[in-house]
Amino acid sequence: MSNKKENIRNFSIIAHIDHGKSTLADRLLELTDSVAKRDMTAQLLDNMDLERERGITIKAHAVKLNYKADDGQEYVLNLIDTPGHVDFNYEVSRSLAACDGAILIIDASQGVEAQTLANTYLALDHDLELVPVINKIDLPAADPDRVAAEVEDIIGLDCSEAPRVSAKTGENIEQVLERIVRDIPAPTADENLPLRALIFDSIYDSYRGVIVYVRVMDGKIKAGDTMRMMATGAQFTVVEVGYMRATSLEPTDELTAGEVGYITASIKTVGDARVGDTVTTAENPAAEPLPGYRKVNPMVFCGIYPADGADYESLRDALEKLQLNDAALSYEPETSGALGFGFRCGFLGLLHLEIIQERLEREYNLDLVTTVPSVIYKIHLSDGSIVEIDNPTNYPDPAYITACEEPMTNAHIYAPSDYVGAVMDLCQDRRGVFKDMSYITNGRVDIHYELPLNEIIYDFFDTLKSRTRGYASFDYEISDYQPSKLVKLDVLLNGDIIDALSFIIHSDKAYGRARKIAEKLKDNIPRQMFEIPIQIAIGGKVIARETVKAMRKDVLAKCYGGDITRKKKLLEKQKEGKKRMRQFGTVEVPQEAFMAVLKLDDDS
Amino acid sequence: MMTADKPGLYIHIPFCRSKCPYCDFYSFTADEATKEEYTASIIKNIIIWQAETGAEFSTVYFGGGTPSQLGSENLSKIIKAINKQPDCEVTVECNPFDLSESWSADDMLRLADSGANRISMGMQSAIENERKALGRKAGREQVEKAVKLIKQSGIDNFSLDLMLGIPYQTVDTIKESIAFCTESGAKHVSSYLLKIEQGTPFEKVEKLLDLPDEDGCCEMYLAACEELEKQGYKQYEISNFAVPGFESRHNLIYWDCREYLGIGAAAHSFFGGKRFYYPSDVQQFISGVKPVDDGEGGSFEEYVMLRLRLTEGLTNSGCMKRFGHDIPKEMLEKASINEKHGLLKADESGIRLNPKGFLVSNAIIADLLS
Repeated sequence: MSNKKENIRNFSIIAHIDHGKSTLADRLLELTDSVAKRDMTAQLLDNMDLERERGITIKAHAVKLNYKADDGQEYVLNLIDTPGHVDFNYEVSRSLAACDGAILIIDASQGVEAQTLANTYLALDHDLELVPVINKIDLPAADPDRVAAEVEDIIGLDCSEAPRVSAKTGENIEQVLERIVRDIPAPTADENLPLRALIFDSIYDSYRGVIVYVRVMDGKIKAGDTMRMMATGAQFTVVEVGYMRATSLEPTDELTAGEVGYITASIKTVGDARVGDTVTTAENPAAEPLPGYRKVNPMVFCGIYPADGADYESLRDALEKLQLNDAALSYEPETSGALGFGFRCGFLGLLHLEIIQERLEREYNLDLVTTVPSVIYKIHLSDGSIVEIDNPTNYPDPAYITACEEPMTNAHIYAPSDYVGAVMDLCQDRRGVFKDMSYITNGRVDIHYELPLNEIIYDFFDTLKSRTRGYASFDYEISDYQPSKLVKLDVLLNGDIIDALSFIIHSDKAYGRARKIAEKLKDNIPRQMFEIPIQIAIGGKVIARETVKAMRKDVLAKCYGGDITRKKKLLEKQKEGKKRMRQFGTVEVPQEAFMAVLKLDDDS
Repeated sequence: MMTADKPGLYIHIPFCRSKCPYCDFYSFTADEATKEEYTASIIKNIIIWQAETGAEFSTVYFGGGTPSQLGSENLSKIIKAINKQPDCEVTVECNPFDLSESWSADDMLRLADSGANRISMGMQSAIENERKALGRKAGREQVEKAVKLIKQSGIDNFSLDLMLGIPYQTVDTIKESIAFCTESGAKHVSSYLLKIEQGTPFEKVEKLLDLPDEDGCCEMYLAACEELEKQGYKQYEISNFAVPGFESRHNLIYWDCREYLGIGAAAHSFFGGKRFYYPSDVQQFISGVKPVDDGEGGSFEEYVMLRLRLTEGLTNSGCMKRFGHDIPKEMLEKASINEKHGLLKADESGIRLNPKGFLVSNAIIADLLS
């Protein structure tokens, strides 16, 4: 097998969500005989159940393919698959830093979408060579000519030679491989320099410890070397190096500059092998770490608590494992009067939050309670200081607040022009400030708004989708902080503040939301032995009120013939029901009530 | 853990003239031959059980279904086969229509002579349109005639059933029904809230029935408790009221978590520390089917669940006697929260629900036991 640098291609596939990235990746694997036909399951690289179910790629994946090109030469193609959702730009970014080029997939019927553009810009930021591929030509609505023109128009990418393929049927896929070989540059690398390898992913293996996935930029590394993490300074003796194949790891003697592969070194603690760090050797250390990675900060925060307090340790372990290959996830312990011990977690966005929550519940079998998400607010106090608040519990006494600022975003919504009205209504409703609007093509527009981040973290994307029948796409970036009138809403049940339900909101929206929360809670808290007043308050002032009436009747009046089995079954059912409840002072609140408040949307 | 008290005997007679639209108990109409065969099979089982265990029974209860459908001769034969302790309470549930239309004074005498000393009659309501709505055939006159028949036989310990929360009912008509009980000389009243059971005709037409709502039902129950007390019927269980001294000893066995043997199709037992029951199938019972195991009985949890149905409640002394310990501290603490809401009394002697508490007793019991 050729190991010459000139015959290596490190590339990524980028696309808007649902444009067929994972399917194309599967075809490439098939065509390069990387996977036996019998092992071929649909969307092989999306190996998390969650990914297959939701049809999205959450994690980056890497695989080495061998390809004999039309020029008769053997090539090594390292494919690094990336996620497509706006929340995961960081994942895309870190995968792209390990590549020299990228395939840009555009759906032959849908054309350029918000993330097509967002991902293109990310790739260009990394100086990657882009190979446009028009996918889904098998669809009845496919119009490759129009889409090709659109790409040339909007992105300025020459599409005259863009392969027109169907990843689904396999049509013209070999053209993609040829274009990779022809257009994506071989890595420029010097294996005589001190080692610098970029960690772009890592997994945990219970036998071998942390396995880090790297792109070697300079130098080389082999078993027995002492590797050093340039950010943390941690050192380990390399046990094994090798390549990622589609279904297994393939050990080799040495990884050299330009190659993509893995390293194992009995790394026990996940914190020692941070994604984004640069690996060098203790014997011949590099002077500077690689630039490469954009540092991402969590934007959305919420509390995550185990439903059963005894699961606290398991939750901590699970978060630690997830953070290993999801650097954007942050967590620190917090305590809530209502929910006990848990963690304040930071996420890139609401989808990221949902996915982490689902993974914790499925992969780690945890039952969780999540609090209302929050962004980071900057609060100016009367003593001149500024505090950053991501947890409503820490919101200062309004008497000492002189001003508040909230994070804003630049949001672009791509939608058919018929839906401009609906989109603008939604944005106005979310306190958006209209910036401009331009026609992408005849029938499609790019609507540009400035939107507060806290208005889009709840359910903006879902609402947008439903109001545009799924035709709109959406992308945003954080712009700056702007002054805002904020208040903190407290929820009181039977007179006690439930800290886990408090949140910060713009004062114009406080009344409407308070009413809805009160209603939702009323609908979701079952009647109990006594009447429960629900109050929503700003400071000491109650602005919305509902009452859960006392339970009047729950009795098995007739219990004849000595058949107490029935009564025992009923008792078991009731006890089971109580387990799913959280005790707040004297009030029992089911987890569904939390979810209902969390999912509160403007249309309901 | 066992008490020295002798067990009760429950005999299930799953025959009815017709099926009431609210009833989900196991019952059907049967011909005379089936009734004879069933009687023979009941007697055979009683004799075998008595022979194997040497049991002597402190109470006997014929429930159903409608035991009076079996006829006085069959019932008497069964009663005579039972090994009863001297002051054994023997209750037979009777349908007022059966007694007034099919039974003669001799039938009733035969029953009393064989040892029956307590009759429980399913009146449900003394108000005509309420009775009709429940599909009951007997009119008020027939109920009166049945009461007369019972008294003539020398049985003065009889109970009437009242149903609460039924169509057309008001607090005032409940009082009328209770007045009827007093006037007729009933010593005991079972007064229970109608529950719409799954699979019954009432369930299908629930929306059309014009039933009182939840608050209305609660009001009726509380009013019934109050009126019954006023008329001298002291509440001793969620749905049971009696002139002092006339409490159903058999039903007290259930609520006190003591043992009883149940014979007949669909009859449940708690006997020899085990719970078991016969399948709900008359033909299987006749052909000698063995009872189905239903696990261990008599746990502390069962005891708490059953005792809290009684006005006497869960007592420290009772717990000590049965289980060798007091009421657990956490249980008392939880109870004291409910006490604040006026649903029960919790003190050093024990936990006692009041009528408001009985209305939410399922929730209270689940709370105390979790």
